[in-house]
Amino acid sequence: MQKLLTWIDDRFPLTKVWEEHLSKYYAPKNFNFWYYFGSLALLMLVMQIVTGIFLTMHYKPDTGLAFASVEYIMRDVDWGWLIRYMHSVGASFFFIVVYMHMFRGLLYGSYRNPRELVWLLGMVIFVALMAEAFMGYLLPWGNMSYWGAQVIISLFDAIPVIGQGLSEWIRGDFVVSDATLNRFFAFHVIAVPLILAALAFVHIVALHKVGSNNPDGVEIKKKKNANGLPLDGIPFHPYYTVKDIVGVTVFLMLFSAVIFFSPELGGWFLEHDNFTPANILQTPPEIVPLWYFTPFYSILRANTFAFFGIQAKLWGVIFMGLSIMLLFFLPWLDRSPVKSIRYRGWMYKSALAIFVMAFLVLGYLGTRPAAGPNLIIAQICTVLYFAFFFLMPWYTKRDKTKPVPERVT
Amino acid sequence: MSEEGVNPQRRRLLLATSGLGAVGTVFALTPFVLSMMPSARAKAAGAPVEVDISKVEPGQLLTVEWRGKPVWILRRTPEMLKALTEDEKFLADPKSSVAEQQPTYAQNTTRSLKPEFLVLVGICTHLGCSPAQRLVAGTASGLGDDWPGGFFCPCHGSKFDLAGRVFKNVPAPTNLQVPPYSFISDTRIAIGVDKQGAA
Repeated sequence: MQKLLTWIDDRFPLTKVWEEHLSKYYAPKNFNFWYYFGSLALLMLVMQIVTGIFLTMHYKPDTGLAFASVEYIMRDVDWGWLIRYMHSVGASFFFIVVYMHMFRGLLYGSYRNPRELVWLLGMVIFVALMAEAFMGYLLPWGNMSYWGAQVIISLFDAIPVIGQGLSEWIRGDFVVSDATLNRFFAFHVIAVPLILAALAFVHIVALHKVGSNNPDGVEIKKKKNANGLPLDGIPFHPYYTVKDIVGVTVFLMLFSAVIFFSPELGGWFLEHDNFTPANILQTPPEIVPLWYFTPFYSILRANTFAFFGIQAKLWGVIFMGLSIMLLFFLPWLDRSPVKSIRYRGWMYKSALAIFVMAFLVLGYLGTRPAAGPNLIIAQICTVLYFAFFFLMPWYTKRDKTKPVPERVT
Repeated sequence: MSEEGVNPQRRRLLLATSGLGAVGTVFALTPFVLSMMPSARAKAAGAPVEVDISKVEPGQLLTVEWRGKPVWILRRTPEMLKALTEDEKFLADPKSSVAEQQPTYAQNTTRSLKPEFLVLVGICTHLGCSPAQRLVAGTASGLGDDWPGGFFCPCHGSKFDLAGRVFKNVPAPTNLQVPPYSFISDTRIAIGVDKQGAA
């Protein structure tokens, strides 16, 4: 066995990679609940790729056949229902995990120096994941698939001059059609997954270069023992691999519970209107994206005013784009001398609480009709959402912070 | 960057080669990018549609498909036509001043060739939903007492009157589109073709 390993190591850095990224990758010893979501995100990526491969064996990307082929998977393919539900519920769980993972970053300042690039790469993954989910949602060719795609692609129409041509280029037609379905299939099953896998790899490489943050936001690399190992670090394997197995077990229990008892989750994970085939003459009474897009969808439709000579529609698109873009700038908007929320003052704590509330309320309102009080609340929450970012340089600087300990607690 | 030990002749050659490589890459990308444009078949699929309107009752709306889009044909009652003259206070563009949204022969108060018949592309100018019909005026529509009758887009709350004219302070920027159309006879409409020929 040892001889085989030596033979490989002479030709490929197997032991070196194993040590650098697992058995001798020192992670802070004080990881808590929030640190499960990184490895869970990786689990979900693998789960979506594997279930997706098996779905493509039966699915047909053709407007005349797509809807029926999904029904065929559900009824006639052995275990097809399970694989399909793992994939559709998996999409929602992937987003739950990713949102929790991002919230962890906000809690403990994981995006701060020296981890800006880890955060930026993570944000690119988030955007790619949204594209992946959006294109995947067209594939069943249900009525909500069709109209959801129609609405989102029309967003590009709002761009002056090139908008019209751009949206025709995306659709490959003047309306969402067979050409659109076929190319979304290509993007969904090969182009974007390849990009996602590559980005996830780079995200982890960048993380392992700078080392993991922790709930105290102190750098463990500053205090090392005689052997040059961080005093507050423990090897990722076996300590955190074993911890993550516990997380995975609990997570899969919840995941299975949804798959087996409520795979549609009352319309939250699979919308009722998507159980009828796409009908180009009949919009569903309410076009609603799946829950993971609704906060941004709310921001898109919150603005009903034209100002600076730009129509309300274009502003809506600009605001939605900005709401995602601003997240990229977090590492430079945050001017606090401390990283972790544990040592921040009331200002950041309140700001983060308001931001999370606004995000959740926007998410809920995105599933409801945009009129009357709902619209006004959505407008207020949109302002709060943006205030979190635009006021951040000011309140993080003014905020009273507590002294940060030398070592993790 | 240090210039020491650099052979300027080789450096120039290197730059020229890289530059040529970049140009070549753009050329190589072109067919892939252009392959995603609407195909010849998609472009050819826009033939005009003929519709028999003899069976449409006053106040009734008929939906037909043209170029993959829903097109509405509404036969307006005298009350509906009267409402069009009274609802200007709600409207963002009562005179239909945006030229692309209708042929010139429909750039009038009723936005139609014959006031009785309204022909509209049933796609919201905001984000492409198909607005719901709220043809009846008043409270019964669920849109308030002063609702003049029209269309309500459930996606983002845009409102249009019975000529497809957009309300003020809604997300939709312009009036609903009137397609080119013409009357072949009193009971037949051709959508997608007008007196000047096919659109």
